[in-house]
Amino acid sequence: MTAELVRGQNHPLPETRLEIRVSAGHPVLAGATLGDEQGRVAGAEWIAHPGAPALPGVGVPGPAAADHRLAVDLDAVPGAVHRVSVLLALTGGADRFGALAAPFVAVAGPDDTEIASYTLTGLDRESAVVALELYRRQGAWKVRAMGQGYEGGLAALLGDQGLERPADLAAAILATATPEAPDAPEVGPSSTVPSRVPEPEHVPRTAPATPPPTPVTGVGTGGPVDYSHPRRRTAPAPAPAPAPEPRQAPPVPVAGDASGWSMDERLYNQVWGMFEDLARTAAAYRSACDFAESRLDRELDETLTDYRARADGANDAARAAARARHDELVERAREVLDRDLAQLAAESEVVEPALPVAYARWDNPVWHSYRVPAEEPMAVRLGDLHLPERTDLRIPMLVRLPLERGLWVDSGRGHSEAAGLLDEVELRRLALDCAVAHAARLLAAHPAGGFTVHVVDPAGAGAAALAPLVETGAAAPPARGAAGVSAVLEQLTERVDLLQMALRGGAADALPPGLDAARQLLIVHDFPHGFDDRAVTRLRYLADEGPSVGVHLLMVAAREDAAAYGPLLDPLWRSLLRLTPVPDDHLADPWVGHAWSYEPPLLPPGSVILRQVLTQVAAARHGKQL
Amino acid sequence: MSVNMTKGQAISLEKKGGGSLTQVRMGLGWQAAPRRGLFGSRTREIDLDASAVLFAEKQPVDVVFFRHLVSDDGSVKHTGDNLVGGAGQGGDDEAILVDLERVPVHIDQIVFTVNSFTGQTFQEVQNAFCRIVDETNGQELARYTLDGGGNYTAQIMAKVHRVGSGWQMTALGNPANGRTFQDLMPAILPHL
Repeated sequence: MTAELVRGQNHPLPETRLEIRVSAGHPVLAGATLGDEQGRVAGAEWIAHPGAPALPGVGVPGPAAADHRLAVDLDAVPGAVHRVSVLLALTGGADRFGALAAPFVAVAGPDDTEIASYTLTGLDRESAVVALELYRRQGAWKVRAMGQGYEGGLAALLGDQGLERPADLAAAILATATPEAPDAPEVGPSSTVPSRVPEPEHVPRTAPATPPPTPVTGVGTGGPVDYSHPRRRTAPAPAPAPAPEPRQAPPVPVAGDASGWSMDERLYNQVWGMFEDLARTAAAYRSACDFAESRLDRELDETLTDYRARADGANDAARAAARARHDELVERAREVLDRDLAQLAAESEVVEPALPVAYARWDNPVWHSYRVPAEEPMAVRLGDLHLPERTDLRIPMLVRLPLERGLWVDSGRGHSEAAGLLDEVELRRLALDCAVAHAARLLAAHPAGGFTVHVVDPAGAGAAALAPLVETGAAAPPARGAAGVSAVLEQLTERVDLLQMALRGGAADALPPGLDAARQLLIVHDFPHGFDDRAVTRLRYLADEGPSVGVHLLMVAAREDAAAYGPLLDPLWRSLLRLTPVPDDHLADPWVGHAWSYEPPLLPPGSVILRQVLTQVAAARHGKQL
Repeated sequence: MSVNMTKGQAISLEKKGGGSLTQVRMGLGWQAAPRRGLFGSRTREIDLDASAVLFAEKQPVDVVFFRHLVSDDGSVKHTGDNLVGGAGQGGDDEAILVDLERVPVHIDQIVFTVNSFTGQTFQEVQNAFCRIVDETNGQELARYTLDGGGNYTAQIMAKVHRVGSGWQMTALGNPANGRTFQDLMPAILPHL
């Protein structure tokens, strides 16, 4: 099974003899550099390129081409080499990767199976890039997806690796990339000059460039790679298995390290796995603390009832001992908790940047390269969750699509401290802002034209907050007044009726041809203003029957405002997923039932990302309608 | 090499090459005994249930059984209820996985029990065994065979308990009567 890597992700290499396949769709130069632990390349003789296609353990193909195959034998790489960087550089006409198709690289084993692959997305003005890095970690080799591009081209890339006179070097290497220039200036080992591969044992920081202990065979133009170890000429002994990583060291977390058919699904499962692990780890800690507490109480009680002990003063000692036992247990529990939290925090650090837009925070740079998706993701992020044990460890709150129930952004005071600090107007404004952000994310997650947003704002009180939705054309102007409210509700009720009937009767093909297939979201602001009894009944009908046919509610309301309806609306509130505009601990996890603090998704202050995304959504829908 | 345990025998859950175990599986397998006489091929289905009770200083703190498949802390997991048995000959019909590294610090004993939910006694059960497997490499560490035929409906199989910084397993093999683990509590307590 091929591991599809994302940028920065690493993957263990079960084999040492590998083939690296490059497919760029445009002629590129493929090469490799051999670096030390710090990634520094000691000199030009450590660069494999078309003019010097074979270094110990690394063989690169000939001149620039759209597809390349590099041969690597990690057993044969000198001991001082800790990193093998696979680089691509543009030649000929093209001067930026952004204008070409994203290059694809794959690492394959000797039996032709692909171990890992990586698509270098997101390149723009760069003309040289480090695609992959093979590196030594505790005796075993791993591959990491790099995708590190350089606008300054190959020269900047080589300079970054610590090479001197990178510009001359780059020019010389690029000259070898074209087959018409066989007499390119020599850089590093070639067929005519004895190869000057430095003694591997000397970490070539100062690059003394001593002659090699044994001539490296196969150093010729386009010759096959020499798989033999430079210092081991005898029969090939089986390569020693890489030393297993020490037990105690927890594995370094990797984004997408969960089961699933796609990266989207794997990340979704990973986030839920982190959520569950955090819930259970906290449960273990709390259970140990509770136990320590109750044991302390019991033991203190016992000292009180033991009159003899009380008389001779042994009492105090017993109490002190009880307290010490309590503290010791709590401390051990805390140690375990800290260990687990550190592991989860490290995982969160690699997962968070790798999340796709639907799962990403609004401040994630991935939003800047937003494109309307071709298919919907598994879920959307409606906020963050955390526990008091470690408040900076935030778990994305991912809710499956299609939504199973409507959303309710509570603009009421509730019981939370944070809400108590704000005045009512501010709280309502925040609530509507949150609702707009949720709606924008739902719009962004759906393919073009797959999601329609209706807004009901009877008094027009939310015009400012709703502006991003309306002005970009992502949603129709809000319905105003009682008449507007009832018209929107009427339209959606009819739609639900129709779809329910078709669904129940098994007559989906009998639906009117003009019916748009998009999911619908109704944002209700200022409830129950502008609602008569009939409208309230319709709203409840939509909340109950809508989700199964893709009609969803997003209420922005305070329960107190609708107090006049008495218990009539209780089922409505209960059927909605309550979100808050300020942090509040009202959500429980499905495993242990901890109270989790929910934090609404915040847009970075002054950010224009919401409008940018909504503009794209609207444009894509328009394009579709044309 | 697996150890065939006898009642009351204790084995230490330490790896041969040093280092203690991290994940163990308590596996349970059984077959219904064939009945003699007419319609003898109609074996009755027997539902045995494996449960694990987590104790902190002799107080039950959590329990893992078919209605609560994962302990709250996530360290002990039941792989699911098997209502009929059948593997009996080596495979596990029900299994409980214990991640010893994640067991909360105050939990010092985990007791494994088997109950006959359908009420048949162990006379009607064949080839019943309980075994402990190193889950990291699949090696069987110990096996305990329920020497058949007893006129009872439950058995307290074994316990895994902390010794120093590691864990030890003791085979208990104590017969008892009861439908679920709750009925067994009085019978478990003397073994703690």
